[in-house]
Amino acid sequence: MTSTILEMRDITKTFPGVKALSNVNLSVEEGEIHAVVGENGAGKSTLMKVLSGVYASGTYDGAIVYRGEECHFKGIHDSEHKGIVIIHQELALVPMLSITENIFLGNEHAKFGVIDWNANETRTSALLKKVGLKEDPKTLITNIGVGKQQLVEIAKALSKEVKLLILDEPTASLSEKDSQTLLDLLLEFKQQGITSILISHKLNEINRVADKVTIIRDGRTIETLARKDISEDRIITSMVGRSLDDRYPPREPKIGEVVLQVKNWSVYHPIHAERQVIKGIDINVRKGEVVGIAGLMGAGRTEFAMSLFGRSYGRRITGEVLLKGKPIDVSSVSRAVDHGIAYVTEDRKTYGLNLIDHIKHNITLANLGGVSRHSVIDDLRELAVANDYRKKTNIRASSVYQMTGNLSGGNQQKVVLSKWLFANPEVLILDEPTRGIDVGAKYEIYTIIARLASEGKAIIVISSEMPELLGITDRIYVMNEGRIVGEMAAGDASQEKIMRAIVRGEGKAS
Amino acid sequence: MSTEISPAPKSGVAEEVQQGPRVAVSALVTNLREYGLILALIAIMVFFQFTTSGTLFKPVNLSNLVQQNSFIIVMALGMLLVIVSGHIDLSVGSVAGFIGALAAMMMVIWPLGPLSNPLVVSIVCLVIGGAIGAGQGYWVAYHRIPSFIVTLAGMLIFRGICQALLGGGSSVGPLPDGFKALSSGFIPDVIGPLTLVPPTVNAAGKTIVGSGLTLHMTTIVLGLVAVLAYAYFGLRARRTREQHGYQAEPFTLFVIKTLVTSALALFLVYQFASYKGLPIVLMVMGALIALFVFVTKRMTIGRRIYAMGGNAKAAQLSGIKTERLTLMVFVNMGVLSALGGLIIAARLGQAVPAAGLGSELDVIAAVFIGGASAMGGVGQVIGAVVGGFIMGVMNNGMSIMGVNVDWQQVVKGLVLLGAVVFDVYNKNKG
Repeated sequence: MTSTILEMRDITKTFPGVKALSNVNLSVEEGEIHAVVGENGAGKSTLMKVLSGVYASGTYDGAIVYRGEECHFKGIHDSEHKGIVIIHQELALVPMLSITENIFLGNEHAKFGVIDWNANETRTSALLKKVGLKEDPKTLITNIGVGKQQLVEIAKALSKEVKLLILDEPTASLSEKDSQTLLDLLLEFKQQGITSILISHKLNEINRVADKVTIIRDGRTIETLARKDISEDRIITSMVGRSLDDRYPPREPKIGEVVLQVKNWSVYHPIHAERQVIKGIDINVRKGEVVGIAGLMGAGRTEFAMSLFGRSYGRRITGEVLLKGKPIDVSSVSRAVDHGIAYVTEDRKTYGLNLIDHIKHNITLANLGGVSRHSVIDDLRELAVANDYRKKTNIRASSVYQMTGNLSGGNQQKVVLSKWLFANPEVLILDEPTRGIDVGAKYEIYTIIARLASEGKAIIVISSEMPELLGITDRIYVMNEGRIVGEMAAGDASQEKIMRAIVRGEGKAS
Repeated sequence: MSTEISPAPKSGVAEEVQQGPRVAVSALVTNLREYGLILALIAIMVFFQFTTSGTLFKPVNLSNLVQQNSFIIVMALGMLLVIVSGHIDLSVGSVAGFIGALAAMMMVIWPLGPLSNPLVVSIVCLVIGGAIGAGQGYWVAYHRIPSFIVTLAGMLIFRGICQALLGGGSSVGPLPDGFKALSSGFIPDVIGPLTLVPPTVNAAGKTIVGSGLTLHMTTIVLGLVAVLAYAYFGLRARRTREQHGYQAEPFTLFVIKTLVTSALALFLVYQFASYKGLPIVLMVMGALIALFVFVTKRMTIGRRIYAMGGNAKAAQLSGIKTERLTLMVFVNMGVLSALGGLIIAARLGQAVPAAGLGSELDVIAAVFIGGASAMGGVGQVIGAVVGGFIMGVMNNGMSIMGVNVDWQQVVKGLVLLGAVVFDVYNKNKG
């Protein structure tokens, strides 16, 4: 017999000038995994902030009924007290503290303010076992990967006796393997009677674990689907409000001569000097070609791209870079840019944008020479350029004077992309170009990539989403542990083939 | 087929329509802080005008005010860039003291012959200031040693050298008149004075100082030319914007802004003209302010500094040489600290061991009152200048009122805290 654990009724939340949520209804049954999906900016995160009390009761309309009683949360403490714990997309861990210290931060087992570390560590070990993380509780957060950090966050939630666990895009920055572990964990929690709300963009994950799916679009609930009705097509149709027969834009590749060739590229770790991260990579890209680099998290793809782009990563970099057959010097970012190489980062907030400045200034940053004369910036030309790229890449903002920090992930990505398009590169390296952005925006990014290829640019796409690589590239390199372990035409490739190359590569490397 | 997914959503069209008024409002909101700051300065000036029974705006006092505080503003220009780039420089007061001592030694004590000429000495001192900035900036930029630590060391080192150079506690002077003119001189009246009211003559046949009204005509003419140029360029900028089809700020707002600024400027010019004219140091300061406004608003290097302060990693990956840029920011700070030191020495007429002592705090306070963020990436030249004037007017006004120096510090501290709290409050609300 199931009972409703949470009911959110007619939630309406307005920000100055924007109605973020209007009459949203969400009903979650005890012990289920309830997925909430919607495009970025649809209002999912706002809804969860209302639920967890980040937006205090009174700042929104509607009612929250949790375990039969109406709740008025004034802050996150109130909701946590009732067993509602939210794990945000951006992890809230302190990097220089240990796992134990993080799990019990603000909640330490102490007598008269003196912390009993043994008790805390014993409890931590038990919690880590529950989430299947084999790490010493004393390990610093900064020394473990994102996937493991995610597990620490979940352990932290468990320590608070969680009844309703909310995960905001938990697998956005996880590798396939870590994602699987996490989803398995959710299923295990379900057995133990913990209810979960899962916010995700990844439809295959929802297919795997969700009992119900609620779809939100433009601040409204569109529908809630039961397990038997869940299908990718149905979800996508509801999310974007239009049918989506083809998730990738069609393209007629016109491939020309080799533009970029990298020979025997080797890189060592910037701190652990004896660790070789990239081990003699050879790749090439042709004019008008989209080349994918597949691989698991930690395969060295980002490290390879960044070391290539002005030695932005690593030490003792050796190897040769040829542009149209001639060796070029890429030892600094500005030299790489001058030679027509651009790198669009996977981490737009840390490496891509000045979040406290507006769109216009961000777009022209990599090519200020293009809007200035004798180092004096031509304001009007800059404005024209910014408006032009805003239109070309369809950046949704009130104007080019909007702070990039206030944009949704998809629009931020378009700003970073615009910045590099304005630098007019011949070779464009895109690192996880669609990470954490919604289906509609993804399609727009794919369209831009296709257009650039047809204009004759050489494009390298690094992605952890194999269907994406299969859908948009012409040729795929498979990378594992710093080596290229496979190369295949996209037409002959499949997810199984790529995985097989990785597994075989693993055997070779050890 | 895929053509159904049109890249232009309906909501985008609605945004396009709203764009016009929203831009105007957002422009007003972003400028509100700057206007608010200027209004605060005017309010403080009016307050002291009353409490000092009219002394504050007396021509003599205005000249004093400028001469006493110009070095703070000159150094605040450099400090603004340091703080915008995400750093801090605690050494500026000590560097200023050291350069003042060095200049005095070169001009008065050391037998340098023709090289002890004030102009030569000043240039050498500015170069040495730049070298000091480079020395400190090197550690900050290329070895990533926190600027707080590097410049704290610099603060101790250069105060020590300053005192050692002056041989313990003694002062070195008097400095040549040609050098003192930097701080206490006025621009020459090439047009010739205009006497409106002849000075009263006393029984002994001597004129009474301060009586009558004689205007320094060069000052008046310069003031008028400057105000006209300001209005002309403002109008021209508006017109080019409109010709290119972009929205300029509302015309009434522009007119009010121009009129208020011009009236204020003309009033001050008149006050200066009725004394000895424009102080030379004011001209130097004005030129530097104009230069730094231009560099930060219009030049690529200025833009790069803001980008570096906003997100150093993103700036670096956009091809900006952040190390070299940091070094240059510190070199600039060093040169301006040296200029500050020369101005202090020229005003005092001698070098003293305590010259510039504690002034780094006034300089940093001016920049923060002016709205810069301690996190970097945010801050305006005009803000720092107005912040500097707020500090200066408070120093001057409270001194005339006879407020104890101890309590002056308390008041300044409260104003600094208040300004930043107001800023943060505004930001969170917005």
